[in-house]
Amino acid sequence: MSDLRDLYQEVILDHNKRPRNFRIIDQATHHADGVNPLCGDRVSVFLDVQDGVIKDIAFQGAGCAISSASASLMTEALKGKSVVEVEHLFEAFHNVVTGECDCPKGLGKLGVLAGVRDYPSRVKCATLAWHAVRAALQEHQQPVATE
Amino acid sequence: MSALHSVTAPHPALPPLREGLERGDLDLARIRADFPILRQRVHGKPLVYLDNAASVQKPQAVIDAISDCYSDYYANIHRGVHLLSERSTVAYEGAREKVRAFLNAAHVQEIIFTRNTTESINLVASSFGGSTVKAGDEILITAMEHHSNIVPWQMLCERTGALLKVAPFTDAGELILEEYERLLDSGRVRLVAFVHLSNALGTLNPAKTLIDLAHARGIPVLVDGAQSVPHLAVDVQALDCDFYAFSSHKIYGPSGVGVLYGKKALLEAMPPYQGGGDMIRLVTFEKTEYADLPNKFEAGTPNIAGVIGLGAALDWLNTIGLDAVAAHEHALLEYATAQLSGIPGLNIMGTARDKAALVAFTLRGIHPHDIGTILDREGVAIRAGHHCAQPVMQRYGVPATARASFAVYNTRDEVDALIKALCKVKELFA
Ligand SMILES: Cc1ncc(COP(=O)(O)O)c(C=O)c1O
Repeated sequence: MSDLRDLYQEVILDHNKRPRNFRIIDQATHHADGVNPLCGDRVSVFLDVQDGVIKDIAFQGAGCAISSASASLMTEALKGKSVVEVEHLFEAFHNVVTGECDCPKGLGKLGVLAGVRDYPSRVKCATLAWHAVRAALQEHQQPVATE
Repeated sequence: MSALHSVTAPHPALPPLREGLERGDLDLARIRADFPILRQRVHGKPLVYLDNAASVQKPQAVIDAISDCYSDYYANIHRGVHLLSERSTVAYEGAREKVRAFLNAAHVQEIIFTRNTTESINLVASSFGGSTVKAGDEILITAMEHHSNIVPWQMLCERTGALLKVAPFTDAGELILEEYERLLDSGRVRLVAFVHLSNALGTLNPAKTLIDLAHARGIPVLVDGAQSVPHLAVDVQALDCDFYAFSSHKIYGPSGVGVLYGKKALLEAMPPYQGGGDMIRLVTFEKTEYADLPNKFEAGTPNIAGVIGLGAALDWLNTIGLDAVAAHEHALLEYATAQLSGIPGLNIMGTARDKAALVAFTLRGIHPHDIGTILDREGVAIRAGHHCAQPVMQRYGVPATARASFAVYNTRDEVDALIKALCKVKELFA
C-alpha cells in the first residue's frame, strides 16, 4: 500500500475531505466549467480578477479525491497571483503530473500531486480544474473537456 | 435461464454456500486454464478481472481460430474461385449458422454481421426507422438504456420529427410496467427498444412480457442483448422479438464484430443500410439491384477472421452450456452481494429481484475513480464511471459508480479479493 500513499498523501486526503475555497463567487469576473468525459466529473471555477491579479478564486463540483484536492490546492496557489503567472504555474504543474519533469520545485504545496505521474489515467483528474481556470481566463463560453 | 428467473428473495436472505463449493459444479480450474491472460500478475498481484461487462477475456480456442484463419486459409469471401476463398467463405458462413443456432433463429439469413451492438442498433434506426418513422411518431425506450440504445433513436427523431419516450424504473431498478403500458397506449409508438440486461444496474428485464405487451398493440421490438447473451440462454423465437443486437467481444469472441438478428419479413422490407460491394446483385449506372439477405446488409469486406472467432467463442461456450454458466454466475453474484452488503457505507445501486452477472455500488465519501485506482493496485480490475448510462447516474443523483461484473471464469476467491481490496480503500480514506 506504500505506493498508493505516494498518490493519496495526507495533504490530498485532507483537501478532499475539507476542500478550501469551495463556494461560488457571486461577483466573479470570470467563470467556466470543466468536465471529464471519462467519469462525468464536473467542476465550476469562479475568479475575481482585478488589474490582472486574481483577488479571489473558488470552485464547486463533485469529483474524485485527486480532482477535488487538485482544485482546492489550485485555488490556494492562485490567489494573489497575476494572470500571467497562472500559465507558468500550470505548465510547471502539468510537466510534473505527466512525468515530463520530476522537479516539483517552485510548485510549493502543489508538489504533493507529483505522485499522479505514476497513474497516467488520473492525469486528467489532476488537471481538470486547471483547464477550467485557463478557459475562464480566455473567456470560453462552452464547458471545457479534459481531452 | 431457470436459475435466474426463479430468484424472488432478496439476495442477502439466500443461504450461504458451503465452504469451497462452487454452485453449478463447473470445473473452474479447467475453464480458467483456457484463458492465457488470466495467468498474469498486475502490480505484483494475481490478476482479478472483474470488468467483464466492459469486455470479456478470450479463451485459447478463440485465439487459435483467428490465428488458424490467418495462417491456414485466409482470403476474401464470396468472390474467389480459388480454394482459400472457398475455405474462408465456408468458415465465415459456418459462423453465421452457429449464431443462428445459438439464438435459435428460424433462418440463417436473419443473422447480419456488423461491427458491434452499437452498429446493429444504428442499422435498425437508420434503415427500419428511416423508412417507417414519421413526424409525430414515437420511439419508446427505457430509462436504463446504454447510450448506444439512446443516441441512435435521438438522431432518428431529429431527422424525422418523431419523439423519444422513456419508460421509468423504480429505485430498485425495476421497470414500471404500468408506466410502460401507458406509454405504449399513446397509439403513436412505432418501435420499442429496451435493454435485456442492464449494464449499469444488473437488472434483468422481463423481455417476454415487454415484447408481448408491445405486440398486442402491433408494435415491433428491438432488444439490446449486449449484456444478456453471455449470461443466459436467449431464444429469439420464444421471445418473439423483432430485432436482437449483441457484440462478439462481450461473449468471449474478438472485438470488431457484432450481430443483428432480425425477422426475415422485416429485414426483407427494409432498405439497405450502407451501399457498396457484396450487397448488390447487379450494378449499372442507371440502377442497382440489391442482394438478398443477409448480404444486403453486409456491404464491403467484413471482419472475416473476427466472425470466425465469434463462431469459435460460441462453440467454446456451448461446451460449458449457458445454464451452467448462469447458475455459476448467479451464485457468485449472490455471494458478492452478501459480502458487499456487509461493508459499512457501501450502497448497492440496482437491487431488482431479477439480476445477473454484475453489481454496481458506491462507497460513502469515496469517489468510484479512487476506488478503481486503489483496487487496480491490488490486482483487481473493475469499472468506475458512468458506464455509458449517464441518465441512470442522473436518476440516482451520483456522478459515477464502481462496478464488478462476472464471467464464467470468476471464482469466490476473487470476490474475496475484491472485498479485501475494498477494505484497503476504506482504510486509506479513513
Ligand atoms: C447494454 C449495452 N448495450 C450496448 C453496448 C454497446 O456495445 P458495443 O460498444 O460493443 O457496441 C453495451 C456495451 O457496453 C452495453 O452494455
